[in-house]
Amino acid sequence: MSLKRKILELKKRREQVLLGGGEKAIEKQVAMGKMTARDRVLAILDKDSFHEWDLFVEHDARDFDMDKKVLHGDGVIIGTGTVYGAPICIYAQDFTVAGGSLGYMHARKITKIMDHAMKLRVPIIGINDSGGARIQEGVNSLAGYGEIFFRNTQASGVIPQISVILGPCAGGAVYSPALTDFVFMVDNISKMFITGPEVIKTVLGEDISMEDLGGARVHSEITGNAHFFATSEKECFDQIKKLITFIPWNNARKALPFPPKKPKSKFKIDAIIPSDAKQPYDIRDVVRAVVDDSDFFEIQEYWAANIVIGFGRLNGETVGFICNQPMVLAGVLDVDSSDKAARFIRYCDSFSIPIVTLVDLPGYLPGVDQEHAGVIRHGAKMLYAYSEATIPKITLILRKAYGGGYIAMGSRHLRADFVYAWPGAEIAVMGPDGAANIIFKKEIAEAEDPEKMRKLKVKEYKEKFANPYVAAAKGYIDTVIEPNETRNVLLHAIEVSKDKTVYTPNKKHGIPPF
Amino acid sequence: MEHKASLKSLTVEGTKYRTLFTKKFENRKIWEEPDDRKIQAYIPGTILKVYVQPGQQVKAGEDLIILEAMKMKNHISIPFDAKIKNINVIEGQSIAKDFCLLELE
Repeated sequence: MSLKRKILELKKRREQVLLGGGEKAIEKQVAMGKMTARDRVLAILDKDSFHEWDLFVEHDARDFDMDKKVLHGDGVIIGTGTVYGAPICIYAQDFTVAGGSLGYMHARKITKIMDHAMKLRVPIIGINDSGGARIQEGVNSLAGYGEIFFRNTQASGVIPQISVILGPCAGGAVYSPALTDFVFMVDNISKMFITGPEVIKTVLGEDISMEDLGGARVHSEITGNAHFFATSEKECFDQIKKLITFIPWNNARKALPFPPKKPKSKFKIDAIIPSDAKQPYDIRDVVRAVVDDSDFFEIQEYWAANIVIGFGRLNGETVGFICNQPMVLAGVLDVDSSDKAARFIRYCDSFSIPIVTLVDLPGYLPGVDQEHAGVIRHGAKMLYAYSEATIPKITLILRKAYGGGYIAMGSRHLRADFVYAWPGAEIAVMGPDGAANIIFKKEIAEAEDPEKMRKLKVKEYKEKFANPYVAAAKGYIDTVIEPNETRNVLLHAIEVSKDKTVYTPNKKHGIPPF
Repeated sequence: MEHKASLKSLTVEGTKYRTLFTKKFENRKIWEEPDDRKIQAYIPGTILKVYVQPGQQVKAGEDLIILEAMKMKNHISIPFDAKIKNINVIEGQSIAKDFCLLELE
């Protein structure tokens, strides 16, 4: 055979395999409103940058007539490419090939590209669209999942790991996304659950649709398993690409800087906050008034919305923001918001992203449900994460910081490097109303007009304690600043803390309240 | 998400704040004091067998009901002596979690 003929043969083989499960299966995939695995990979990566591996891998299962079946690429596409020039390893499960089911070789392909990503120290993107374990391959498929989970854990905090759920992801398979840094989901397409609606119906008699059990909305709003929600695959891919621009390739690098840009003039920082501490506002407007180009990239927007987390840039450098949101549940801390913030702090700490904390909270959410859900354990995660983090930590108290919430929100005591406060900041054990009721209980009860006395005492307490100067007098706050100075002091803080070095006690690892 | 009209009041440490509620917060379960005289299902499932009748005196340790759930036959027995007041289920009935199976006097 001449080389020419051999090349022709390669082309023919390629053509066959590139069709995945064949035209009929592709038609079915498209009819479900889904893109094919290959189109997804190509849509995420820069044009012509995808280099595929293991195109000709085949399974070697023999039981249940599997030896008669050809599964192209064994139902998964792997390879390398770039996103806006950043190197990426990627895999995409191909639902058109045996329902994207995970067999031994399928898993071997995934772990191969994961190992590669770890060796090259580049981010990995995994697209999940699979019916689950390939039952015919028995324990070999389970072993495959286990190998993936182990690698997810090893890679955690070393390279960014991104999971994209674009189809079903059920049973044990869900634990790979759960172990990764960011999970993307698309409305009506993504589904994630441990036990599906059918099992729930048979065993428990409860009737629920896939969408209501584990759709994108559920995981974005109720469970917090998803970090990004999109209404189309295209929107989802744009979110992924944008995220890539904010994060470094690995934990030994910094995120690539962008050309600095001023915030847009329509966000006027001194006009956002109502003077009455009981009135709400959207904290994200404050972030937008501060960050470059007013571009704030929010994470987990719909879950535990009483705390806001996300990335922005200050003078071109990526910064992680953690902010109480007075617009939702008055910005209280609770089980979910503590979990959300704590994990994000650890992400930023792993990848050398400085943290800016904006504080305006009345304390913790009261309620039996919170106490019984373990708000003590969950709330402690935040204290742990802030204390443990060694990246530059900058805290700004805008309006109120009461009680345990004051300590938890990146206070000096948990080793914030810079603590600023606006002149209207109230730092106290609790709000003036509650405090006056306790301290002046006797005076109020014995007064001729208790209500009048109560108001008087609340005012007295406000004047004495509800300001930033008591904390500033002790050095817990470094500087009281005007709102207009906010961006400048943050830029300065980031600039001077580039080489921050912290010595931590030598240990294998701590025991955070997981 | 910002609608002035949907602002509600949340009291934290004696201070009332105007704010929006989350779906999860609004749907939270309000705590109720457990009532010894109401036997509730701790798991959803199907009633396989009812051993007792209203008005019957039962002794501690006696089986009241078999509740099948997760393919297991769960014997629901009583930890103290009591008299049955009402039975709210029949054999074969599917019930949700926390459904009140029977009441004691």
